[in-house]
Amino acid sequence: MTLLVALPVILPLATAVAGLLLLSRPRWQAPIGFGGALALLAAAAALLARTWQDGIQVIEVGGWPAPFGIVLVSDMLSAVMVTVAAAVGLAATVYSFRVVDAGRISAGYYALIHVLLMGVCGAFLSGDIFNLYVWFEVMLMASFVLLVIGGERPQFEAGLKYVALNLLGSVGFLSGVGLLYGAAGTLNMADLALRVGEADADARYYTVVAMLFLVAFGLKAAVFPLYFWLPASYHTAPAPVAALFAGLLTKVGVYSLLRVFTLIFTQDTGYTRELLLWMSAATMVSGVLGAAAHQDMKRILSFHIISQIGYMTMGLALATPLALGGTLFYMVHNIIAKTNLFFVAGVVRRLRGSYELKDLGGLARAHPWLAAAFFVSAFSLAGVPPLSGFFAKFIMVRAAIETREYAVAGVMLGVGLLTLFSMVKIWTEAFLKPSPGGAVSEGAVGAASWVPVIAFALLAIAMGVGAEWWWRPMELAGQQLFDRTGYIDAVLGGGAR
Amino acid sequence: MNSSILRTMARLLASLLLLASLYLLWRGHNAPGGGFSGGIMAAAAFVLMAVAFEPMAGWRATRISPLLLIPLGLGVALASGFAGVLAGDGFMAGQWVTVNVGEGVKLGTPLLFDIGVYLVVIGVALAVIIPLMGEEE
Repeated sequence: MTLLVALPVILPLATAVAGLLLLSRPRWQAPIGFGGALALLAAAAALLARTWQDGIQVIEVGGWPAPFGIVLVSDMLSAVMVTVAAAVGLAATVYSFRVVDAGRISAGYYALIHVLLMGVCGAFLSGDIFNLYVWFEVMLMASFVLLVIGGERPQFEAGLKYVALNLLGSVGFLSGVGLLYGAAGTLNMADLALRVGEADADARYYTVVAMLFLVAFGLKAAVFPLYFWLPASYHTAPAPVAALFAGLLTKVGVYSLLRVFTLIFTQDTGYTRELLLWMSAATMVSGVLGAAAHQDMKRILSFHIISQIGYMTMGLALATPLALGGTLFYMVHNIIAKTNLFFVAGVVRRLRGSYELKDLGGLARAHPWLAAAFFVSAFSLAGVPPLSGFFAKFIMVRAAIETREYAVAGVMLGVGLLTLFSMVKIWTEAFLKPSPGGAVSEGAVGAASWVPVIAFALLAIAMGVGAEWWWRPMELAGQQLFDRTGYIDAVLGGGAR
Repeated sequence: MNSSILRTMARLLASLLLLASLYLLWRGHNAPGGGFSGGIMAAAAFVLMAVAFEPMAGWRATRISPLLLIPLGLGVALASGFAGVLAGDGFMAGQWVTVNVGEGVKLGTPLLFDIGVYLVVIGVALAVIIPLMGEEE
């Protein structure tokens, strides 16, 4: 049943519709959101299993054959990303049960989370470049609303920056799509891959278009020098929303970079690779330095999102099967660890009412489980063995050495060290040092907040301990990305080339 | 706004606009028009009534909140996609039936999808515009 490929889009839409229809019944919102997220995770896992066993899955929507109609394509990269997105969606939904206030719920909070998930899953699955643009917009619209509902003043300020910058990115993206269509006469990504690579194609024209895409996706992924909007907006959102954004939204930008630069723009590789290499290195270094300079827990974490994005785009710049698979491994590891750090920050805020390190302290003694979850996620992010981040970094460093980019390997290790410094800073300040105010009154934290925190910490351990098992699908994804003919054949049929 | 010219014309024009919007919706699946332009025109009719009388003047008779039209329309559009699944042609594949009226009229799921869009557009437009007009007073 090929409908399976479309389910990660259909299920969140159906959930959002049900939630909005019953908007006048606030008590039903959370169960609907939870049920939808559970169904989405099940469908995503089934899709992953199917893609793993039977190869790349394609659905021609409306029965219109490619390249004329719109296709949804699930290769290993897409399937893995959809599954991780569904897991994050479920965790954020559970985390929201006790945290989200009545005002947000009756504004359609849970339905909006599902609209966001629909956009994210649609973007991961789309095999049509204009359709990808549409999913980006779906995702962005939902994220705008999630960022500002609940209406506190700093939230609106942050929302405005976020909207303005993302619209700028969208304009670049749309212009790129227009130019691409004007020259190649097709929007299907597999078909574009063939047209752009044709012998009589004007390589310089396509390089210009490729740079438009690089800027547009780079802005969404928050790479250097286009990342300044991110720390300014993420830290104002409520914890589950910030976790969802931190985990997923920038990764959609990275995913899109990965997709277009391994599938469509493969002609002038020397130029784009060199550019990506420098951008990635600058992203890693500037993000981690920004984090070192801050004392607010959520801001530090926001800067680390940026720094980590550099590792992922570096995999694209190195462009070997190992590096591309490593990028996916890194993304999955990062989504798990980073989402959980934002969850933990949210719990800390509920307990102590602050994100400022100077106001915090003594959490390790008072809440050993919370401390353990933070410890695992933070030191995984920093790349301490045997946690997931160690293997993610190990793969990337090895890919860099194999391609003789020793300087890149050095930068990666150095940034890893600085990340460790930041995480140790939060650890000693918030968890180890005695609480500054002496005895503290603590807010209540329900079980709904603990479950996702512990579950994601366990995932980070599992991904490190069982790295070999996790690596196999990622390795296959790397090979599929490196050799694009499999994707093209799956969409257009073997006779097209 | 207190203008008897506007009020007289608004009643007349609003009903014409609604008729025209239905016409656009009806022909939309293979001629210029469709759910979006039809929906915008219908919303314009309600906004005209709102300007001439008071914000809910045109809409009150429907007895539902414009906000509710959004999930309703999305639901109709989503449901139209499943007709193709039931017929075994795949998600969103168009399904047609011929109704024997006069020369025979072909009705299909694209029209259903367009009706969904029509409802969403009216819902969004009114949910944004009517509260803004209420703010003034």
